[in-house]
Amino acid sequence: MNYASQLLFLVCLAVAGYFLYKRINFIRRNINLGKPEKRNDHPEKRFKNMLLFAMGQKTMFDKPIVGVMHFVIYLGFIIINIEILEIVLDGILGTHRLFAPYLGGLYPVLINLFEFLAIGVIVTCVIFLIRRSVLKIRRFWAYEMTKWPRSDANIILISEILLMLAFLSWNATDTILQQRGAEHYAGLNTGPFLFSQFLMPIFNGWSTEALIGYERFAWWFHILGILAFSIYVTYSKHLHIGLAFPNVYFARLFPKGEFKNMPVVTNEVKLMLGLPTDEVQETAAQENTPIPAEPGRFGAKDVNDLSWKDLMSAYTCTQCGRCTEACPANITGKILSPRKIMMDTRQRMEEVGRSLDKGGPGLGDGKALLDDYVSREELLACTTCNACVEACPVAINPLEIIMELRRYMAMEDAKVPGAWNNMFSNIENNMAPWKFSPADRFNWADKLKEEKQ
Amino acid sequence: MTEQTYQVPTMAELAAAGTDPEVLFWVGCAGSFDDRYKRVTIAFVKILNKLGIKFAVLGTEEGCTGDPARRAGNDFLFQMQAMNNIQVLNGYNIKKIVTACPHCFNTIKNEYPKLGGSYEVIHHSVFLQGLINEGRIKLQEGGEFKGKRITYHDSCYLGRANNIYEAPREVLAALDADLVEMKRSRRSGLCCGAGGSQMFKEAEPGDKEINIERTEEALSTGASTIAVACPFCMTMLTDGVKNKEKEDAVKVYDLAELVNDRMPDRK
Repeated sequence: MNYASQLLFLVCLAVAGYFLYKRINFIRRNINLGKPEKRNDHPEKRFKNMLLFAMGQKTMFDKPIVGVMHFVIYLGFIIINIEILEIVLDGILGTHRLFAPYLGGLYPVLINLFEFLAIGVIVTCVIFLIRRSVLKIRRFWAYEMTKWPRSDANIILISEILLMLAFLSWNATDTILQQRGAEHYAGLNTGPFLFSQFLMPIFNGWSTEALIGYERFAWWFHILGILAFSIYVTYSKHLHIGLAFPNVYFARLFPKGEFKNMPVVTNEVKLMLGLPTDEVQETAAQENTPIPAEPGRFGAKDVNDLSWKDLMSAYTCTQCGRCTEACPANITGKILSPRKIMMDTRQRMEEVGRSLDKGGPGLGDGKALLDDYVSREELLACTTCNACVEACPVAINPLEIIMELRRYMAMEDAKVPGAWNNMFSNIENNMAPWKFSPADRFNWADKLKEEKQ
Repeated sequence: MTEQTYQVPTMAELAAAGTDPEVLFWVGCAGSFDDRYKRVTIAFVKILNKLGIKFAVLGTEEGCTGDPARRAGNDFLFQMQAMNNIQVLNGYNIKKIVTACPHCFNTIKNEYPKLGGSYEVIHHSVFLQGLINEGRIKLQEGGEFKGKRITYHDSCYLGRANNIYEAPREVLAALDADLVEMKRSRRSGLCCGAGGSQMFKEAEPGDKEINIERTEEALSTGASTIAVACPFCMTMLTDGVKNKEKEDAVKVYDLAELVNDRMPDRK
């Protein structure tokens, strides 16, 4: 009997592992559709950023109350995972609370801590559900937050609540069984625990058999729930629980105002001006992005024209909408939403990935990120103010994607508003964005030079 | 009192005389052509004159940094402009540049180095703050701003883009004004609506113009002066104040104008 359940447990682990492995490969391959870009310089700085922004969640505390609540779930997630280790080992070895005899008095202290966090997670998840569905916080109800993104968020919150309830009720029934000295529960004396003791009155009247049944159900529900959840996460916006760390680590380190240079263009312009190009070529080669003989596509039309980091960011986005909430274009009713840019990028990337998996045309399916997902009206509305970048708690840079798409519009398509074309020709001919003669550029000083100090 | 007039030497003149300036004042297109921002250019030049700082301008040799072209996606045009300017700047062996435009500042400071132009670039807010701190700028007591409410509007290209939040505020603090913050300020400051080349086209359809949203926020502080440090913000907020028919009660000024007004004439 025991062996049968151990075997079943191993099969469940293997099946979950298999699906998880497949999903992770799918995601990795999709991210690698992006262009190479060197993002591993200054490891100390990157590591520090990761500690501060991913582990320390610094930006989350821009909204202090939500920041604290999110931190509770985060701590719960990390610390309760220690308990998962015991559960998995128990499942494999057919033991019960394997660590209890070894840890002695420390064991109940740990479980009490886990229970404290479990209660914290339940309370915060309930508050978060209320914020989303009852208070209808504006950023959760934007036009890109259609049925699936909203359900996704609710599924995650409800799953977390159920998992925590399973954990607490498991502890409660286990404690009663220990007290009754039933079967292998006898001999252990770990409970009652800090919070699950309050659930014990519910179960006290149950027969020992019913209790064992429930205890086993809660145990299996908890662990299978966690395995299922880990696979679900790979389909969900919830991927940030893992990807936030590398995404922050690989975030850009230069000032937000600096837009990425295009070495391909530098090369072309230098050739046109008759300037030497060795330096551009060398730097590009050093960064593992050598300048091709044929320039290729300027800017981005589809996901493969973006950097791998932009694609990783799309997977990291948890759709919190802080970017959109801060976006001046969005605030004033334009259709631009930085969050939608990230969601669109992920959707397109996954569409291409699924097509490739089926031996389909992938990128050559006649669709593209530009126009089929992101409209030009959205892109044109951006003021490049970096409010979205500043607001993102996990170092996503929607502006980078917007700019790459704009570059395609301006340089490949030559389709920008007429006013911009006028501005371009003014710069080209008059050395100023307005139609003034360059010879008049210094006229402002004429009167001043005659004025007495 | 000397009978000296204001000096605006060009690099060409200095080079001909075989001398170098302490700093090059990059005027920018708005500073050269926009009627409102020309007054800021003049105010800043007056400050430099009053302090006897050895500066120069490029005059007609200056050209657009290329910022609007790059933000609109035309990197070819941007890089053409940039390389032309870099040739001029490197030709004069320029080391230090000050500018009153955050867009020029950001572009020259952050984007020119990759194209062969590396200089020490300072925005005039930081430059003025430095001069105030060193005691070189001495402001007259009890100017017209004493005790009056001023609110400062963060330019995106100074603030988030380059983390310059305090220098402009310290300049305003030196004016003895009562600095009141808008709800969205510093890291969460709201754009005036002109960045990213929006200055050069109509906005996309929406409920409201961004500059109106921002102006309403500035007016709600009760400030009688909105201080800016960027030519585009200046245009957007001035238009916003006019749109709200508050131009008699509320003025939009650049930091340089506020400082120059409170500096005594050269003795």
